[in-house]
Amino acid sequence: MSNTTTTAIDPAAWIRRQSRWSALEVAFWLAALLPFYFFPTYLMLASQIAVAALFAISVDLILGYAGIVTLGHAMFFGIGAYTAGLLSAKAGWGEPISGLLIAGAMAGAVGFVVSFLIVRVQHLALIMVTLGLGLLTYELANAMSWLTGGTDGLRGIDIWPIFGLFRFDLWGYTAYSYTLAVLFLGFLAARRIVNSSFGLALRGIRENVRRMPAIGSPYRRHLQAIYTISAAIAGLAGGLLTQTTNTVALESLSFQRSADVVVMLILGGTGRLYGAVLGALVFLLVRDRLSGVNPQYWYFWIGLMLMVVVLFMPKGILGGLTRLAGRTKG
Amino acid sequence: MASGEAVLSTRGLSKRFGSLEVTRDVSIDLPRGARHALIGPNGAGKTTLINLIAGDLKPDAGHVLLKGDDITGMATAARVRRGLTRTFQINTLFPALTPLEAVTLAVCEREGIATQFWRNLATHREAIDESHAILGQLALGDVATRPTRELAYGQQRLLEMALALATKPKVLLLDEPAAGVPKDESAMLFSVVAALPEEISVLFIEHDMDIVFAFASRIIVLAGGGVLIEDVPSVVASDPRVREVYLGSARHG
Repeated sequence: MSNTTTTAIDPAAWIRRQSRWSALEVAFWLAALLPFYFFPTYLMLASQIAVAALFAISVDLILGYAGIVTLGHAMFFGIGAYTAGLLSAKAGWGEPISGLLIAGAMAGAVGFVVSFLIVRVQHLALIMVTLGLGLLTYELANAMSWLTGGTDGLRGIDIWPIFGLFRFDLWGYTAYSYTLAVLFLGFLAARRIVNSSFGLALRGIRENVRRMPAIGSPYRRHLQAIYTISAAIAGLAGGLLTQTTNTVALESLSFQRSADVVVMLILGGTGRLYGAVLGALVFLLVRDRLSGVNPQYWYFWIGLMLMVVVLFMPKGILGGLTRLAGRTKG
Repeated sequence: MASGEAVLSTRGLSKRFGSLEVTRDVSIDLPRGARHALIGPNGAGKTTLINLIAGDLKPDAGHVLLKGDDITGMATAARVRRGLTRTFQINTLFPALTPLEAVTLAVCEREGIATQFWRNLATHREAIDESHAILGQLALGDVATRPTRELAYGQQRLLEMALALATKPKVLLLDEPAAGVPKDESAMLFSVVAALPEEISVLFIEHDMDIVFAFASRIIVLAGGGVLIEDVPSVVASDPRVREVYLGSARHG
């Protein structure tokens, strides 16, 4: 009888297995410590990669899991960056951890307000609304140069030592420790979210939004919640960049940054969190290498890479690697 | 039928698409435990009526009443939470989710725990076990952990039903549950309908007259958007108007 095979699987155990830590994951995070020992001259770059990875995770939560395509997420990154910067430059508060939390909260608050608009539009209109909001925020910051420093950037930022002990050094030891720790915590939070019942609801929205009301789901509220969370995480990433570089440029709000983060995510692979981290790593390493060779045309190679990945690895580099690993095993 | 004991009622429900009147002054009552079939030729407005009752379409006129409450202005999801659930004629599933995940999601939404983003899904043990039990009832236990898109078509039709059952409906609207399924398998699908607890009221669309006569306690015949006749199967079968608009043309094959 089919009944015997039915009782053979423990459904809750199966569900739990979907979110279990693999050895590969542990190895990945241990490998993130390698720059301290092997590439001490690249710690500032490693720190920037960690910031970009956290930003890409924030976008993966909405794009990869809930299916909200955005071309304006730099808006929240920039709000976080300016909040952290202004706290120090204008209010004289340079304590990094509280400053970072305020940056995230500010971006999250704006994200919550914007989310009412976001859940009412779809497809092309959604992309245009996110793009429009991003441009709007950029020009607003540009016009308010008395506050933001405009195109000159915000200066006079002084971030105090972390816990009053660890001063931000020239080499980036503190910076990378700090950004890596925040990235890891942000990743843990994101991982918890995608493996929850709420994360399942998000995947349901992505898979078939038409069915959601028919199973009684208030899916718009789910979308608002994840958009707000995503905005807050993007704000944390922006705040990190400010605190580790002691400056905020208008560029943190730019369309370029919004587009880059989506490119990173597509390169790495959407809807799997690690794709966001891997994409940020590949993108910034390639930029670092190529801009040394030819500072003007390096986007040529990014463009080429993007096309190759999209055409031959529709699930991103990570998806391609997973498939390859599966093939060698089988 | 006294409307006092009706779980679901429509009153003067009308809908037009441009100049085409797809639903015309439909007033029906579904008593508790009903097994009513909704039949009619193609284009009679059967699916539109289901859409209007479920809240996927807004009527131009008329009302939908659930247990006496006017729910005409209520959103689909809110109706589902009150116990009015539909299935779809064309599979409307979650292709990458496994049946276990999809049905667990429906259970979580019903219980209001789908917003708990801080708890691992595996800790919602009751929801998972309930979902697994529903899948077992519908003979989907063996494929519970395979992605939906890999399921056979007939199994996907069963999953349509499983998702609806997970909402614990009081009224179930089935839009051709056996659409596209071979005749021998469709009997299996309807045995599931027949086995539903008696307190659930069912309104189903079906084209196969053998199945309709086997499972329906009453039959509502729609033609041109309006109710032609509503009665017990034996009366409907012998009604000359029904033969004219429906049975006459359907009996060719």
